Amino acid sequence: MHIRLSVLATRWLAAVLLATFAGVSLAADAGHLKTVKGSAHIERDGKQVPAAAGMAILESDTLVTGADGSMGVTMADNCLLSVGPNSTLAIEKYAFDSTTHAGSFDASLEQGTLAVVSGKMVKQSPDAMRVRTPATVMAVRGTEFVVKVGQ
Amino acid sequence: MGAVLIGLYAAAAMFFSPPPPQTVVILPGPDGHVGTLVVQRGGDETVLNAPYSASRIAADGTENRAQLSATAVKQEFGSALGALPARPVSFNLYFISGKDELTEPSKLELDKAMAELKRRPVPDIVVIGHTDTVGSLESNDQLSLARAERVRNALVQQGLAAERIFAAGRGEREPLVRTADGVAEPRNRRVEVNVR
Repeated sequence: MHIRLSVLATRWLAAVLLATFAGVSLAADAGHLKTVKGSAHIERDGKQVPAAAGMAILESDTLVTGADGSMGVTMADNCLLSVGPNSTLAIEKYAFDSTTHAGSFDASLEQGTLAVVSGKMVKQSPDAMRVRTPATVMAVRGTEFVVKVGQ
Repeated sequence: MGAVLIGLYAAAAMFFSPPPPQTVVILPGPDGHVGTLVVQRGGDETVLNAPYSASRIAADGTENRAQLSATAVKQEFGSALGALPARPVSFNLYFISGKDELTEPSKLELDKAMAELKRRPVPDIVVIGHTDTVGSLESNDQLSLARAERVRNALVQQGLAAERIFAAGRGEREPLVRTADGVAEPRNRRVEVNVR
């Protein structure tokens, strides 16, 4: 009986651990918010989350700033992103394997200003990162750049 | 089929409401190196690869190449550039053979890493321990983790938030310098501190 119980307990523990790790890998942080100024929030699952330095940024998040706002994010592959005032930037797709440095990153700047310093995944494969704007698609081949959409 | 529909939709969207004007400028890195940015628009491509070279698309859809100055870029993009997080840095700390004790020069290097960490409001830190190939795989796994934990504890004692520091040991699997088994190599007895 004791043996049976301990087997059950072990299985239960294994299941819990597995679920925990699965959860972690599913909701892996794409990046972390490092700088926040003025009015700024994250749109996540249709809700507005107030931006706070230190918080995790996830795939499918949209960064939104007001007239006095700005935000800066460090992504898992060491890519740096920041937006200035009146900006909307969607993290449409983000995947990065920290062992192989393979990954892909699609972001979309709907309006405002964006600064980018590309990270490890672009060094690994030059076509891994794309930034869309209403007029163009930018293929980032290992570089730093700024872009402004609107007046 | 999907691509055709998306294409038609994009064409219709462009026809009914032209996209807003846009400016893209490629910048040199801190070491002066400039990469490449390809700006694709319909079937056209503009390649930017010289410092401060720009592509401007006007409200009427015309595209012009331009050469900007560092000052002009600062004026136009100052807020976004000012919000860029500090660049990630990493430090290597070295250890005494078979122990989780730092060498004397690495104690100073740890102070340097600490100073850098304290400049960042919300640092994320990954601490990875390594060993040389002296000893068994298993004992080196333990030793590498002990080294990483030792550094992690030192950082926590200095007031850094424990939950923002991840520590792991890689044993003798990722040597800085490849050696045969059983070789004492000071450069492999190390902990990498990656700071973001």
